[in-house]
Amino acid sequence: MKIRFTLNGTNREIDIKPDMLLIDLVRQLGCYSVKRGCETSNCGLCTVLVDGKPVLSCSTPAARADGKDVVTLEGIEEEAAAFGRFLAGEGAEQCGFCSPGLIMNVLAMEKELSHPNEEEIKEYLAGNLCRCTGYMGQMRAIEKYLNREGGQ
Amino acid sequence: MERVMKAVGSPVMKKDAMALVTGKPVYTDDIAPKDCLIVKVLRSPHAHALIEEIHTEAACQVPGIAAILTWKDVPQKRFTMAGQTYPEPSPYDRLILDQRVRFVGDAAAIVAGESEEAVDRALKLIKVKYQVLPAVLDLREAKDNEILVHPEDTWKSFCPVGADNKRNLCASGVDQDGDVEKVLADCDIIIEQTYHTKANQQAMMETFRAFTYMDAYGRIVVTASTQVPFHVRRIIAHALDIPKSKVRVIKPRIGGGFGAKQTVVAEVYPAIVTIKTGRPAKMVYSRYESQIASSPRHEMELKVRLGADRDGKIRAIDLYTLSNTGAYGEHGPTTVGLSGHKSIPLYSSSVEAFRFAYDVVYTNRMSAGAYRGYGATQGIFAVESAVNELAEKLQMDPVVLREKNMVREGVHMPAYYGETADSCALDRCMAKAKEMIRWDEKFPSRDMGNGKVRGVGVAMSMQGSAISGVDVGSVTIKVNDDGFYSLMVGAADMGTGCDTTLSQVAADCLGCSVDDIIVHGVDTDVSPYDSGSYASSTMYLTGGAVIKTCDRLIEKIIARGAETLGCSPEEADFDGKRVYRLDGQGEISLKDLGNQAMCNNRTALEATESNSSPISPPPFMVGMAEVEIDKETGYVELIDYVAVVDCGTPVNPNLVRVQTEGGLAQGIGMALFEEITYSPKGQMYENSFMQYKIPTRLDVGKIRVEVESSYEKTGPFGAKSIGEVVINTPSPAIASAVAHAVGVHIRELPITAEKVFFGMREKR
Amino acid sequence: MIKAREYVKAESLSEAWELNQKKSSVILGGMMWLKMSSLPKGTLIDLSGLGLDTIEETEEEFRIGCMCTLRQLELHEGLNQYFNGVFKECTRHIVGVQFRNGATAGGSVFGRYGFSDILTCLMALDTSVELYQGGIVPIAEFAKMPYDRDVLVSIRIRKDGRKAAYTTQRRTKTDFPLIACCAARKGSEWYFSVGARPARAELVAVSSAAPDPEEIAERFSYGDNVRGSGEYRRELAKIYLARLIKGLKEA
Repeated sequence: MKIRFTLNGTNREIDIKPDMLLIDLVRQLGCYSVKRGCETSNCGLCTVLVDGKPVLSCSTPAARADGKDVVTLEGIEEEAAAFGRFLAGEGAEQCGFCSPGLIMNVLAMEKELSHPNEEEIKEYLAGNLCRCTGYMGQMRAIEKYLNREGGQ
Repeated sequence: MERVMKAVGSPVMKKDAMALVTGKPVYTDDIAPKDCLIVKVLRSPHAHALIEEIHTEAACQVPGIAAILTWKDVPQKRFTMAGQTYPEPSPYDRLILDQRVRFVGDAAAIVAGESEEAVDRALKLIKVKYQVLPAVLDLREAKDNEILVHPEDTWKSFCPVGADNKRNLCASGVDQDGDVEKVLADCDIIIEQTYHTKANQQAMMETFRAFTYMDAYGRIVVTASTQVPFHVRRIIAHALDIPKSKVRVIKPRIGGGFGAKQTVVAEVYPAIVTIKTGRPAKMVYSRYESQIASSPRHEMELKVRLGADRDGKIRAIDLYTLSNTGAYGEHGPTTVGLSGHKSIPLYSSSVEAFRFAYDVVYTNRMSAGAYRGYGATQGIFAVESAVNELAEKLQMDPVVLREKNMVREGVHMPAYYGETADSCALDRCMAKAKEMIRWDEKFPSRDMGNGKVRGVGVAMSMQGSAISGVDVGSVTIKVNDDGFYSLMVGAADMGTGCDTTLSQVAADCLGCSVDDIIVHGVDTDVSPYDSGSYASSTMYLTGGAVIKTCDRLIEKIIARGAETLGCSPEEADFDGKRVYRLDGQGEISLKDLGNQAMCNNRTALEATESNSSPISPPPFMVGMAEVEIDKETGYVELIDYVAVVDCGTPVNPNLVRVQTEGGLAQGIGMALFEEITYSPKGQMYENSFMQYKIPTRLDVGKIRVEVESSYEKTGPFGAKSIGEVVINTPSPAIASAVAHAVGVHIRELPITAEKVFFGMREKR
Repeated sequence: MIKAREYVKAESLSEAWELNQKKSSVILGGMMWLKMSSLPKGTLIDLSGLGLDTIEETEEEFRIGCMCTLRQLELHEGLNQYFNGVFKECTRHIVGVQFRNGATAGGSVFGRYGFSDILTCLMALDTSVELYQGGIVPIAEFAKMPYDRDVLVSIRIRKDGRKAAYTTQRRTKTDFPLIACCAARKGSEWYFSVGARPARAELVAVSSAAPDPEEIAERFSYGDNVRGSGEYRRELAKIYLARLIKGLKEA
């Protein structure tokens, strides 16, 4: 079946299988930042934005992207790097495999919540698992990023 | 040239950081050729069975299927998947596919095809007739059971580890010093308890994966998410029964390992497909497979007898560890050793006699492997919990009890291979941790007046820095045009940041900036030999190799410079930027030297050195937990976890901190959440992230880490190790905090609300 | 992962219903759990083009379209104001924000999962489901109905003046509940639902000035699963129901 959508600002028209998942579609289209960490909708590694909202691309039928605006980390590289520098500044990217999903959700959170406190941040990001860092370094990076000059 | 600590000790950003945070395609699956055959494994539904018949004809008819392999198609030489130095202590008990399947999830057939869809269809069409056999599932019933997991005569153990496949023994032995029974008989107080830990999963975010292809020279190239590239080369050669010269292994960026990838879990499957078909092949483990058929921590049951004086002198420790290696023996004989050798020595200052005995048994469960802590974690849970129970019996503060008995700098450690603690800040770690958590105000517990009670608990930990007399770290450094350096290491950066930290060491040795050094990931064709990134070896051992290599390279740079300057090497020196004559009569910049070396030159400006260590200096640590417990429900909430670590000189303070916080979070997961349970038929229930709950950021409380450095004179710039010591304290510290809060001792992990609830009820 | 031959974005409820009469068809919610299905499907039916993703508030009721996400329930001011924030409380522990941006109210309710926070919460309120063919059915009744091929169109919660409170216990904070309890009160009329026992939520209504939590807890059955034993669940139900009752009395 054919779908039309925008991927990182580019219009795409593509033939897909009816049971294809969005994660496999965006990876097929070269967006390798999108990772799969589980099959059970638990890890958050595959987070992408659909019409601005963070969703699990592993659980989204590709067909549902029809007519939608899909953004992966590749589409917001500058913003990703801006936050990523804070993350790396703490050494809290570690293996980096969960970083794209986390960064997508941090950037979504920044847009959705105004001046979130620590508990609100933790709750918003609870669906992003990380096995390397113990989360503390990520929190230091997020707080520094949100409090940066020109930030929230 | 004098070495100045500039890069070492500063929080340098990892060299690959920006690629990782901008999502660049740098991991195994991102760079796999697009025409790879997809490889999957048909897995046994039975815990123990013989394959009587296996019919693949219908499956082979599925369009797009390139190969289906069964036990008849694979080499019949047994090997081990354990990534260890040859000859491996782990027994040679595996075939790629065996007629006997030994756990639910064991490989029964390999299917390769053009698409995942085709492979999935073919998997469903393979018909296997199993002769289901009785299984041995409980580790306590395995030894000398009439059901044998490995009855085959081709089973082999190369090292004297007390293995006997006809008794389901993967290893057994005893180590002792002094007469433990005699000292125990003379003690005022004896604590005797049994503790039980589970087969926790490393649960790194990137599951096991590898792709393979044949290169222009007719060799198989294996790109794998591994911690042990050189061991992979050997193991693939063994498994496929081909010369080692025919195998090349490349390690790209790795999405975490924690020991899981010290076992060759996935690599053999695409490799044999490529050998059989000549085509590129790829295997990506699902999370399900990573949960049920991988290389988790060894389940252990530990019996501790602790003898002490009435005034709190710990005089004797008797530990018996029963370890479950599961269906195969990977890391079985070695992990068990650490359960005693890294717990008992914590009390070297006072212990007069110890005995450490162990059995490692085969069962029809998933094979175990290496997980951060490597047996020390289990042993420390048992011994530290017993010490906490001793404190309670003595009505003594467990901190005070430890202060009386803990190992200190200069103390000889008979239970730690007879080594001496030459660098040890454990006492300072304790003092600092106590102050951070405000122990004296909070010990043992405080009723919060709202139905909740808070308790604090403490534990100590040690690990090693590389395997003494075994591990090898090698480094090559080259001077290139304009004088930039290539650092080539065989140690595997798996997210830990060793490409960067080793560059920091090199930068300070060579008097340059970290940016003047480029690093090459591991390629067994190119990189110098390294046993791999495990056993907390990389900084201590490979870091040591960096220093040796730099010294050698500087000699060469000076010699080459002196030649240009018309003097003897003794009359010149190097300051990182230039070689200059000591008499001030001339100099040449490194840049010019580098460029000159590429024109009419007969001396390579490069050096390679290897490093091994006769000792394994332990890093030390103190962890303290504060928990809050609901007095009605038993619900345990971790409030605060403080940890103070002595890793020698912290080479990169940021990475030391994150390693520590991360290891603690894994330890917290083990302590509170990560359960492994089996059905009566041997199927594991926690087979996904939906059921196996690793902590989220809402579950780890506040983790606070400080460093109390000692200086290890045999380590690079005084460094020891950090990777593993950090996972050991949470289980005993949290268990003790729970005991202090509500008087319930949980001796089987994880510490669930239900166990606490029924414990409280029993007490009433 | 799910396999299917066809994907249809339904243009009307009647089309969706027609397509769904085939046994091999399935209606997509958020696909969080459905994608793990190992049974191959014929047609995947998507209702996302039918405008069923809004929460409407009238004088009498809230009408929640089946394609509303759990995140919408969590953030909806009217719902949370009227029911003392129970919708935030019963959703915020579910995996993560991204998950709740995908998972749908209709999917959660139609699935009638034992672990469902949503079902447990809705059951203590005056909730009905609107089925395309079956009409309006009270949720407690719907929960007991066998799975059929009808289409769940909306969820309706009457604004009958009930005050509600919700609580759960979990292993990790975002795990499935080990026990889920909801209580609602309108004067001396009390409504209790307990889910994750591990069986799906059921309703117990009591008319009393001071309901006895132990007695109420005993009216439910409890079983074992990997998260806990039936015996522990029973004890937890008593404790949490007592706390909910106390809270609602004080409110």
